[in-house]
Amino acid sequence: MAWQWFHRLGSPRWFFEKTNAWIPWLAAISISLLIVGAVWGLAFAPADMKQGNSYRIIYIHVPASFLALAGYYTMAISGAIGLIWKMKLADMVMKSAAPIGAVLTFVALITGAVWGKPTWGTWWVWDARITSMLVLFFLYLGVIALQEAYQNQDTANKASAILALVGTVNIPIIYKSVDWWYTLHQPATIKFTSESTIHPTMLYPLLVMVVGFYVFYALVLLMRTRTEILSREKKTRWVQELAVKT
Amino acid sequence: MTQPLIELQALRCERDERVLFENLDLKVMPGDVVQIEGPNGCGKTTLLRLLTTTSTDYEGQILWCGAPLKDQRLDYLNKLLYVGHLPGVKKALTPRENLDWFCGVNQGHQRCTIESALEEVGLFGFEDVPCHHLSAGQLRRVALARLFLTPARVWVLDEPFTAIDKQGVRNLENLMAEHAAGGGCVLLTTHQDMSMSAVRKINLEEFKPQSEWSAGDIV
Amino acid sequence: MSAREPQERVSLQAQPLATPGIGAGFWATLRRDVLIAFRHRGEMANPIMFLLMVITMVPLGISPESAVLANLAPGMIWVVALLATLLSLDGLFRSDFEDGSLEQLLMSPQPLYFQVLAKVLVHWLVTGLPLTVMAPILGVMLSLPSAGYGPLMASLLLGTGCLSLIGAIGAALTVALRKGGILISLIIMPLYVPVLIFGASAVTSAIDGFPMSGQLAVLGAFLALSVILAPLAAAGALRISVNG
Repeated sequence: MAWQWFHRLGSPRWFFEKTNAWIPWLAAISISLLIVGAVWGLAFAPADMKQGNSYRIIYIHVPASFLALAGYYTMAISGAIGLIWKMKLADMVMKSAAPIGAVLTFVALITGAVWGKPTWGTWWVWDARITSMLVLFFLYLGVIALQEAYQNQDTANKASAILALVGTVNIPIIYKSVDWWYTLHQPATIKFTSESTIHPTMLYPLLVMVVGFYVFYALVLLMRTRTEILSREKKTRWVQELAVKT
Repeated sequence: MTQPLIELQALRCERDERVLFENLDLKVMPGDVVQIEGPNGCGKTTLLRLLTTTSTDYEGQILWCGAPLKDQRLDYLNKLLYVGHLPGVKKALTPRENLDWFCGVNQGHQRCTIESALEEVGLFGFEDVPCHHLSAGQLRRVALARLFLTPARVWVLDEPFTAIDKQGVRNLENLMAEHAAGGGCVLLTTHQDMSMSAVRKINLEEFKPQSEWSAGDIV
Repeated sequence: MSAREPQERVSLQAQPLATPGIGAGFWATLRRDVLIAFRHRGEMANPIMFLLMVITMVPLGISPESAVLANLAPGMIWVVALLATLLSLDGLFRSDFEDGSLEQLLMSPQPLYFQVLAKVLVHWLVTGLPLTVMAPILGVMLSLPSAGYGPLMASLLLGTGCLSLIGAIGAALTVALRKGGILISLIIMPLYVPVLIFGASAVTSAIDGFPMSGQLAVLGAFLALSVILAPLAAAGALRISVNG
């Protein structure tokens, strides 16, 4: 029985019709969480002792960084499912996940830079985390570039899935290497406010923001995948009937 | 009844969101020479890709000696010879070195020496001439020399007569007939008329989907 | 095609075909590619000349002072070795793809893994190995301190192997694309980060008088991992991208 479910999930049409009702819910949840978290974090959480108000950018920076990495794994895992079980839907999820992840990684990089200006007095520091994030951004760009380079959709999906998988094997190695490189070159004098010492009044809004970002990510991924389904299945009867109805 | 070597069952292939052919059934018996016909873009090369396992993008079944091809790929490849429209010949190497490599990657199974194979295709004396000195037709002949070398039962030939002169074409047809008589089979595409009598023709055009959906049908 | 004597050849049914062995195909491809590389000796020198020229640009662009150069030398040589490898990768499978021998490789009755491994090994022999051998000359040009030469060569010996292996994945993924060259660099360079970090660091450590066996061990581990995984990924990539 479990397999039947799995196969049905592979059908783009079933997925499209099933998820139709989810969108308003996801949208409502993510928007309210983001508003609550942002207002709480920006207006009500206390200022940091050392950094003053500038630390408040973590309410965007931290969730974006989390999702940058989680997004890569989402992309790679759906790519692997597409490769192994030849599931069309997984290919579409992978294709949709790549640009979202890249944008979130970019957001994490930009907010990191903006945070760096008041903290370290410069826009860019070769900090271990920022460097890893930059490499992750390059990995995303590679997947997207490869996807764009192929004319044939199917080949494009499979090729970029392989690249994403190779990246997945490499990401832990890259992160560890960069960490090691950083401790070698820079005595650890400057540090981010580590999450473990953060005060609860600052932490709770951050958690709300993180959850809000995850739901928002799910929403955008779902919407992009649905668009992808329509464009890939445009020649099928059900999509055309849908187009006529609306 | 003898078992078919290759059997296609309800084969359906889609490429770039277009169905090339569907419900394609075909039995290739030992001794068959099958010519795959159809206008450009009807999926001839794609079908050959499926038959050479370079692409596995199909629905339906391909059987090799009665069992699914997927399960016995190595055995099938061991008995397959493919000559594509690209000769697969390295220009920096001599014909002898090229064929040496070919025998090497195919486990060294050889029916005759490389010299005699080259002699058969009229390249006697060219064994050690680097291939960039050879003409297009001669390069083609180097590729075709593999037909003499190989003990493979299944020959898949994509446009084998390109750049070959009339005498060469006749010899090639004789060779195919001889191969078929020995219990092998040949699948080929060609735009030239073949003078062989015992050629089965299969037109891919007939397996094109009858009606394709277009927006106009509903609106 | 002259008149034939059919009885000269073994008939079809008479010969049972042995199950494939792996060694024969590996050696055949290795020998063929070495031979081709040897016939194109001129091209073999290109990565080396590239390396020499870029290294010449460094003092011209930065400073001829040996103290400054010595500081830059380990990282600089490593970065340029990486670029030279990237430049040469495009041709790894491309010529085979264009003349049709890649198709033949894909349908040879044996694991593609060993065929890819043979091709990568030849690629390393004509780029990575010469780079390693050339490294001391580059070291002299950039006033590398004497303690750095051994580690430089050792790290390049291990590291260039990784570069060729990982690069093969990129070459396989882009083989059917007309403009694959720059794309290979885009998709492969991020994967080179760990190799670069440990390679350059081995040399720096040795110059500063610290042990560098740790870094070399890590590079060795990378190499072992790449030998196992990279040809697999490249073989999978080839099967997909030829249908491009």
